[in-house]
Amino acid sequence: MNDLLKREHDIIKVCLLAGKIMLQSGAETYRVEDTMMRIAAAYGVENSQSYMTPTGIIFSVEEPQHITRLIRISDRTTNLGKIDQVNSVSRRACLGELTIEEARRALENIEQQQATYPIWLSILLAAISSGCFLIMFRGIWPDFVPAVIAGGLGFSCSVFMHRVIPVKFFAEFSGALVIGITSVWMVRLGWGQQLDTIIISSVMPLVPGLLITNAIRDLMAGHLISGLSKGAEAFVTSFAIGAGIAFVLSF
Amino acid sequence: MAIFYIQQLMTSFIASVAFGVIFNAPRKALPQCGFAGMVGWLLYILLQDMSVQPVTAIVVAAFCVTMISHFFAKKYKTPIIVFSVSGIIPLVPGGVAYNALRHVVENQFDQAVQLGARAFVFSGAIALGLLLAEVTNQVIRKWSIIRR
Repeated sequence: MNDLLKREHDIIKVCLLAGKIMLQSGAETYRVEDTMMRIAAAYGVENSQSYMTPTGIIFSVEEPQHITRLIRISDRTTNLGKIDQVNSVSRRACLGELTIEEARRALENIEQQQATYPIWLSILLAAISSGCFLIMFRGIWPDFVPAVIAGGLGFSCSVFMHRVIPVKFFAEFSGALVIGITSVWMVRLGWGQQLDTIIISSVMPLVPGLLITNAIRDLMAGHLISGLSKGAEAFVTSFAIGAGIAFVLSF
Repeated sequence: MAIFYIQQLMTSFIASVAFGVIFNAPRKALPQCGFAGMVGWLLYILLQDMSVQPVTAIVVAAFCVTMISHFFAKKYKTPIIVFSVSGIIPLVPGGVAYNALRHVVENQFDQAVQLGARAFVFSGAIALGLLLAEVTNQVIRKWSIIRR
């Protein structure tokens, strides 16, 4: 009986770890729920219930003993690579290729992983993507470099602020503020010409694209609370960006 | 004209790949991210140049991005979100929202509300595109199960 209980506890631990990593990396709620129930079922626990919001997971198992556990998710980042890896762990667990112990170790490995790409590469690519967006939004080539500079500075500012000040939405606000100031300044100096297009394209790396997509997908899957709260987060983030830009434009 | 489209193709591909990197997508999925984003944006631009309503263009583009992502997700056994996000981002109505904001700052609230409503409808168009793609996928899935 004791062995059975221990096994049950281990299964719950593995499920919660998988759910935690996925939710922290920005997966859709229904996918997290699905993954946790699949892992539980793969190890022989058929009746598992899970309920989650973007800030926490409640996971409950009925047999052999009723156990309910709660995990609080405080910080969320975007890491699609981790979602993919947890997904493949759960896939292998379902095929019976992994024991509980192996699955736990694999998940712990994933949890401790650093980001796939170094931060300078993200900043560089955010800068380049700002330039590309300028062309996509029918800007002119002479504005390419100003957009790259403004986008790069704004993105690095928001990344830096996110690490220094743990106030949500302030990072986006300051990033947008930097973008606004840089763009206005460069247009005044005569380096850039179309201020509007430069600002719009430089702001794009800050846009909460993942939140928007996830909010819609969650709402469609029937996870109303998650969908609404992610939508609210996306809305407030957009509002923070807008406020940063408006602050500059009002002078 | 051809040069314009080639520029659009290249920049949208690069931008989508860059978003893949910003979101830490797995390395092997990056070309597919770029492809999904490129096709979505090309459709959007083409439809706009054929003077289709922007809402329709966004719905069609979001639909296609999601369908392509779904195909890749099945083929490479990877969550669909990895491919679709970077393709959806360019469709976000940043320009309209920016103009609305500018009118707010200039105290022209009547135009700001108009533009704000337009940005809202455009976002709704993205949602509609995602929804249609999801429904289509489920219909295809049910169909292939029945036929077996």
